[in-house]
Amino acid sequence: MNAVTLNDRSLSEVMEAPETEALPAPAAPVRQTPYFETESGKRFIEGTLTLFKNAVPPLLGMLLFVALWALVANSGGQIPGPGETWAAAVELFSDPFYDNGPNDQGIGWNILNSLGRVGIGFSLAAAVGIPLGFMIGRFDFLNRMLSPIISILRPVSPLAWLPIGLLVLQRAEPASIWVIFISSIWPMVLNTAAGVQRIPQDYMNVARVLNLSELKVFTKILFPAVLPYVLTGVRLAIGVAWLVIVAAEMLTGGVGIGFWVWDEWNNLNVAHIIIAIFVVGIVGLLLEQMLMLIAKRFSYE
Amino acid sequence: MQSYVQIENASMVFDTRKGKFTALTGIDLHVDQGEFIALIGHSGCGKSTLLNLVAGLLDATDGVLLLANKEIKGPGPERGVVFQNHSLLPWLTAFENVYLAVEKVFAGRESKAQLKARTSAALELVGLTHAAAKLPGEISGGMKQRVGIARALAMEPKVLLMDEPFGALDALTRAHLQDELMKIVAATQSTVIMVTHDVDEAVLLSDRIVMMTNGPAATIGEILTVDLPRPRDRLQLAHDPKYHELRSQVLEFLYSRQMRPKEAA
Repeated sequence: MNAVTLNDRSLSEVMEAPETEALPAPAAPVRQTPYFETESGKRFIEGTLTLFKNAVPPLLGMLLFVALWALVANSGGQIPGPGETWAAAVELFSDPFYDNGPNDQGIGWNILNSLGRVGIGFSLAAAVGIPLGFMIGRFDFLNRMLSPIISILRPVSPLAWLPIGLLVLQRAEPASIWVIFISSIWPMVLNTAAGVQRIPQDYMNVARVLNLSELKVFTKILFPAVLPYVLTGVRLAIGVAWLVIVAAEMLTGGVGIGFWVWDEWNNLNVAHIIIAIFVVGIVGLLLEQMLMLIAKRFSYE
Repeated sequence: MQSYVQIENASMVFDTRKGKFTALTGIDLHVDQGEFIALIGHSGCGKSTLLNLVAGLLDATDGVLLLANKEIKGPGPERGVVFQNHSLLPWLTAFENVYLAVEKVFAGRESKAQLKARTSAALELVGLTHAAAKLPGEISGGMKQRVGIARALAMEPKVLLMDEPFGALDALTRAHLQDELMKIVAATQSTVIMVTHDVDEAVLLSDRIVMMTNGPAATIGEILTVDLPRPRDRLQLAHDPKYHELRSQVLEFLYSRQMRPKEAA
C-alpha cells in the first residue's frame, strides 16, 4: 500500500514538474473574465435561450400557415397570396380613419363602430344577466321557474333573434345591439348562478355565526366568492358577442367590420376580406386576453 | 346555582329522503362557567350535531337549550365557533378575517382604532402577529386553524365551541396548539365545549369528558370528571398513573361498551 502511494506521488511529481517549468509565468492577471462567463452574461444567455424556446413553436406555426396559404394562392385559385394581402393591408392601414360618406369609411371607423355595438349590447347583457344570475342562484324557486325558459332560448342561433329585433325596434342599429344582448346574456346568467350555488356551506356558516348583515354577507362573502365565476361568464359572453357582430352587421348594414366584409365581397376585393378575417380574429383575441388579465387580478386562489 | 349552558332533554330529528332520522335523543347536559367540556364518541354519534345545536346552526326538534338562562335561538356572536376546517374567507387576510368578527361585535361601541387593536391583540394571542397581512392560502394548516381560534376568541364569546379544531393537523402541530389553547383558556377563563375523537386530547384539555353512545338516536352514555390539577403538562402527565387511569376509562367506554357500529353489526 505504502509503496503504491509513494510511487503515485513521485509519478505525479515527475509528470507535473517539467510542465510548470515550461510555462512562462504570467506577468499580471491579464485574462479578463469574458462577458458570457459573468453573472449578467449567463443570465443574458439563459434569457435568450428561453425566449428562443418559447418563440420557436408559434413562429414555426405561423410560417407553416403562411406557406400553406401561399401554396393555395399559387395553385391558380382566386385567393390572393400573403404578399398581395400584406401590400393591401399596408395601404389600408396607412389611412384607417378617412371618411367619404356613410358607405366609404376607413377600416378604423369600421372596427370602432363594431366595438361600440358590442360594447353597448354586452354591457346591457351584463347589467341584466349578472344580477339575474345572482337571484337565480340564491332563490331556488326562481331557478326552477326560469330554467325551462333558459334551456329553450339558450341554444337558439343568435341571428334568429334579428327579425324580432327589427320588428320591435324598427331600425337596424338597435336590432343588431339586441342580437348581441340576447346572445351574450346566457353565459353570464348561467355562470353567475352556478357560482352562487357553489359557495361552500362553510362560508355561509361563518356568516350565520357572526350574524353578518345582508350587506356584509354580499360584499364580504357572496360577491368575492362568485366573482371568478362571473368573470368566466363575462369572458365567454364577450367571445360570443364578437362572434355574432360580424354576422349581424352583414344582414343589417351600416358602418362596421361585418358590413365591410360584405361590401368588399360585392366589390370582389378578396384581399380585404382576408384582412378582415385577421382583424376580427386579432380584436377577439385582445378582448379575451384583456378579460383574462382582469380575471387573474381578482382570483384569490 | 344555575348552570351556564343548560341542555334539557334535547333531541334532533333530521328529515331525510329515506324518512326521519333521529340523530340525538334525550340529551341532558349542564356546563358551568369556565368549564372545559370535551364531547367524545365514534364517528356519526352526533357530537357535531350537539355542538351545532349549541351554536344555533341547527334547531333542536325537541327540548330546551339555554345560555345564561336565555333560550338559544339561532347563531349569535356570544358563542364563538371554531370550525373543523378553519372556514377562513380566502380573499381576506388573516387580519381582515378576524376584523370582520370584531367589527360585528364591537363596532357600535368602539372606535376604528380600538377595533384594530382588538384584532391585533387576538392575533398576538395565537402568536400570529407576523402573518397578519397574509392570505389564508399563504399560511400553513396549523396557522389557519390558529386564525380561526383568534377569530372566535376576538369576539369575547361567552362560550367557545370547537368542532374537532385540531383534527386535520399533524401530531406535532396539534400538540403545540393544544398547549397554546390551554394557556389561552387559563388566561381568558373561557367556557369551552370541544368535539374531539382523540382520547389523549380529551383527557389533557378538559374538566369533564362527555362520552356519547353510538347513533342513531345517540345520547350521553357517561360523563367522566377529569380531576387532574392545572396547569397540566403533557410530559408529566405521561408518567401520572391517574392520567392513565382516566385515559383507559375513556378507551374502555369507546372500545368495549360502545364498539364501532361496523364491528357491532
